[in-house]
Amino acid sequence: MISSVLTELAWQFSLLSFLAIGGVNALIPEIHRRVVEMEHWMTDADFAQAFAIAQAAPGPNMLIVSVIGWKVSGLLGALVATAAICVPSSALTFAVAHIWDRFREAPLRAAIQHGLAPVTVGLVLASGYILARTVDQTWGALAITVATVAVTLATRLHPLLLLAAGAALGIAGFV
Amino acid sequence: MPVIMSAMNTPPVTAHKLVDAPTKRGLFLGFLMVGLQGFGGVLPFARRMLVEQHRWLSEREFNEVLSLSQFLPGPNIVNVSIIIGNRFRGPLGSIAATLGLMLMPFVIVLVLAALYARFADLAPVRGATNGVSAAATGLIIATGLKMAHPLKGIPWHIVMCALTFIAIALLRLPLLWVLAVLAPVSIAIARWMMQR
Repeated sequence: MISSVLTELAWQFSLLSFLAIGGVNALIPEIHRRVVEMEHWMTDADFAQAFAIAQAAPGPNMLIVSVIGWKVSGLLGALVATAAICVPSSALTFAVAHIWDRFREAPLRAAIQHGLAPVTVGLVLASGYILARTVDQTWGALAITVATVAVTLATRLHPLLLLAAGAALGIAGFV
Repeated sequence: MPVIMSAMNTPPVTAHKLVDAPTKRGLFLGFLMVGLQGFGGVLPFARRMLVEQHRWLSEREFNEVLSLSQFLPGPNIVNVSIIIGNRFRGPLGSIAATLGLMLMPFVIVLVLAALYARFADLAPVRGATNGVSAAATGLIIATGLKMAHPLKGIPWHIVMCALTFIAIALLRLPLLWVLAVLAPVSIAIARWMMQR
């Protein structure tokens, strides 16, 4: 049943929408857990490809969700998954934006921001780890990942150049 | 001018005179350009469009919008477009800004996915995809390491960061349970440290 797959996509990604503190990059381990390990919608290799395609497109890094929706259920799946990851958190943002400024000086607001910071960093680092395990299946791929980390930390090169370098090395058969 | 009026409700922060409130069309087109420009992170482009190019926001207003967007769940840049659209043109403004932001990236990523599905058998296409995902993984790890730098010297931050990493990456626990335990604990510690 197509509709039940769409319902499942909508349900899974709306839940994730509320859990996406620190943006969608921090969500990657959970998306992988649900989509690959629990629902078996795609393989590890499919997931790595979806990630690559999303990174190669301009725009917000949540596009991996659109690609997963597309893989699972075509254009409609992409629309449903994208709306599901955006709409719940957007509705919350819309509601909170009105009252947020009133709590500018509230100590709890500072405590929440200060307290969530290390958790968010842990989530992004976990994303990097899960991706490396999924994506770096060869020594060549691992070398590209390590080199990209080093260059990003040491220089101010535009990320697009590093993605292009990765693509060129891949085409040359390095991966 | 609704912009100035609403800005007056909060402490005045504008260093330079802001331009007139953008229309819904202006919001749509402004965020459309942001969506097309941003590779490996859209926020720097959003900041340039909003603060430098159109002057819809002052620097400080942008930082406040950003901190709220990062604090709330969801894609940060989508939250920025929701808040900015609403500030200038109400709910329809939010919709115009967010649709503008998402439209082109959504179309482009699906075209790329369709092309990939069609040409995945070609070795260079597979090679390029593997190379891009390896490099993109490096970008995310580097982002995480850069974000981790300010935690240095705050021992409980390092502990909370490590616990989160272990729970998610190594133990593969569900995010909901990890957040339900670690987020309140971390916020409570922050509150306690601030009160001392």
